Amino acid sequence: MDIHEYQAKEILARFGVPVPRGGLAYSPEQAGYRARELGGNAWVVKAQIHSGGRGAAGGVKLCRDEHEVAAFAATLFGKQLVTKQTDANGKGVYRLWVEAASDIAREMYLGFVLDRKSERIMIVASAHGGMEIEDLAEADPDSLRRMTIDPAAGLSEFQARELAFQLGLKGGQIAQMVTILKACYRAYRDLDAVMVEINPLVITGTGDLVALDAKMSFDTNALFRRPQVAELRDRSQEDPRESTAGDHGLAYVGLDGDIGCIINGAGLAMATMDMIKLAGGEPANFLDIGGGASPERVVRAFRTVLADRNVSVILVNIFAGINRCDWVAEGVVKAYQEVGLTIPVVVRLAGTNVEEGKRIIETSGLPLISADTLAEAAAKAVAAKAA
Amino acid sequence: MAILITEQTRVIVQGMSGRIGAFHAADMIKYGTNVVGGVTPGRGGESYLDRPLFNTVREAVEATGAEASLVFVPPPFAADAIMEAADAGIRTAVCVTDGIPSQDMMKVKRFLKRYPEERKMRLVGPNCAGIISPGKGFMGIMPPHIYMPGRVGIVGRSGTLGYEAASQMMALGIGVSTSVGIGGDPINGSSFKDILALFEADPETDAVMMIGEIGGPQEAEAAAFARDHMTKPVVAYIAGLSAPKGRKMGHAGAIISAFGESAQEKVEILEAAGITVAPNPSAMGETMARVLTMRQAA
Repeated sequence: MDIHEYQAKEILARFGVPVPRGGLAYSPEQAGYRARELGGNAWVVKAQIHSGGRGAAGGVKLCRDEHEVAAFAATLFGKQLVTKQTDANGKGVYRLWVEAASDIAREMYLGFVLDRKSERIMIVASAHGGMEIEDLAEADPDSLRRMTIDPAAGLSEFQARELAFQLGLKGGQIAQMVTILKACYRAYRDLDAVMVEINPLVITGTGDLVALDAKMSFDTNALFRRPQVAELRDRSQEDPRESTAGDHGLAYVGLDGDIGCIINGAGLAMATMDMIKLAGGEPANFLDIGGGASPERVVRAFRTVLADRNVSVILVNIFAGINRCDWVAEGVVKAYQEVGLTIPVVVRLAGTNVEEGKRIIETSGLPLISADTLAEAAAKAVAAKAA
Repeated sequence: MAILITEQTRVIVQGMSGRIGAFHAADMIKYGTNVVGGVTPGRGGESYLDRPLFNTVREAVEATGAEASLVFVPPPFAADAIMEAADAGIRTAVCVTDGIPSQDMMKVKRFLKRYPEERKMRLVGPNCAGIISPGKGFMGIMPPHIYMPGRVGIVGRSGTLGYEAASQMMALGIGVSTSVGIGGDPINGSSFKDILALFEADPETDAVMMIGEIGGPQEAEAAAFARDHMTKPVVAYIAGLSAPKGRKMGHAGAIISAFGESAQEKVEILEAAGITVAPNPSAMGETMARVLTMRQAA
């Protein structure tokens, strides 16, 4: 689960990371007021959306007076900001962060991620910051420093010092960097984060370290024990189809094609999408109905898939273990009756209670297209679309 | 012999009296799995499914000589249950639970390392379908009737895609020695490589079907292991050729986030290591059949 920059900065500041002074605004007037409240003569106004690349997309601006702050804010509110990390619809801007401008002498990169190879939290740092880590890894791979943290011992001071020296820091900056590293690590560990990123971490004109931008992402599996993190969720930043599906126990990812998929199991769902592509079609979505799916959940899956106007045929592929083919078949029939389906539906059932499931489909009197294998199902879905 | 579970393996179920645990434990017993008891804290001394219940895994091990445990415990408590099994001397634990926090798994992996090699517990999962040695026994949630006894091992992240492979092979008359689901989480107990090593050493396994997917480094590690240490042929399939970068495809671990983690890159890495990769998910069975025929001819 992602959160906004200002939320990440508030969290990290609580753990001891120095951040610029700033304030949140929900309207242009409030943005202007925030600037006056902060004082000084230069402010950075930043659109709060769950995406990187905001600067290049026109979502960040340095303003010289409070009227400029309010005027820029007025252009951002309610806008769909399209960055290179969002899809073509972009993400809605409903909150702005107004910050006292910082005097930047140097930019660095600092990230904490879950490293799947060592199965530990890993620090990734570079003496050069400001660009995305992927670009940095490509442009200047030698500048990247990596360090894994022993979960039993935690981040040691010597490790933090070592990293600070590797980044070319000097004097009082070493102690500041050690404080920042330990603060980020504690925030990561104590709040069940999966990513903490400060990019850029800057050295100011007076030689001090400040987190100019911050990003945090959290382990959704751990939200049950992190209510203070769970309440930071901002549904305006999510694809409404994906979050509504999630509310009903369905894992859904919208894609660009026109063959709607209703599958059980993430691996089989991906494999079915691959098979559709090989048969000459394009999947409209990834959808996993999960285990023990009731007929009602199957109906919900149909509604979710059909909310995508591009869908011109639906492929149901179920290999039931913990699921039951008869329940899925009942759900398919129910969906036909309740949703008023007008497009072709291909159904492939296998596994637990398959005979009963097939009987329900065959005796339903509905124009359902049956298939016995994965390849046959994909081919029939592509053919049904063309027909 | 098969791997990890045979008809002799004494199995307990942690969380046996829960709704889901009870359903699958009954299925396992019906199939002939040697289930010797269950663990539900607070219900020790009772009996369930004609098996004794214990308060702790240690009591269960002492009373029944259990060697293996199936963990059916909800996500907030699953890591603790796994560590309890390891501490009580269980040798193989299978955890089906989906939704365990990553940091809990980091702690579990670290915890398992504290025991000397001769009493270290092997963990399979979490978020997996389990393990089955057809005709002998199973621990998990799979439909056992789709597996035919035979001499090909299956190892995969996805449960349902593993079923797909087993049924394609059965349709071609190819049976399974053991099928192992290693699960879809970013941090799991056993990797592809760990299970390949067991199949390589198993005299009843002739070849291995390995089913991977996008995300993570484990398929590449397995490719290097197969190239350097295996004499038995490995057939692979990687799901997610059509998956976009940076989007999580259902499994917490199925996300392309680094170089070498896309399906196409993994296929190239596997093929470079001499592994035969099935061109599509419908061809897993026939690819295995072809490799076995070539093997016999050689």
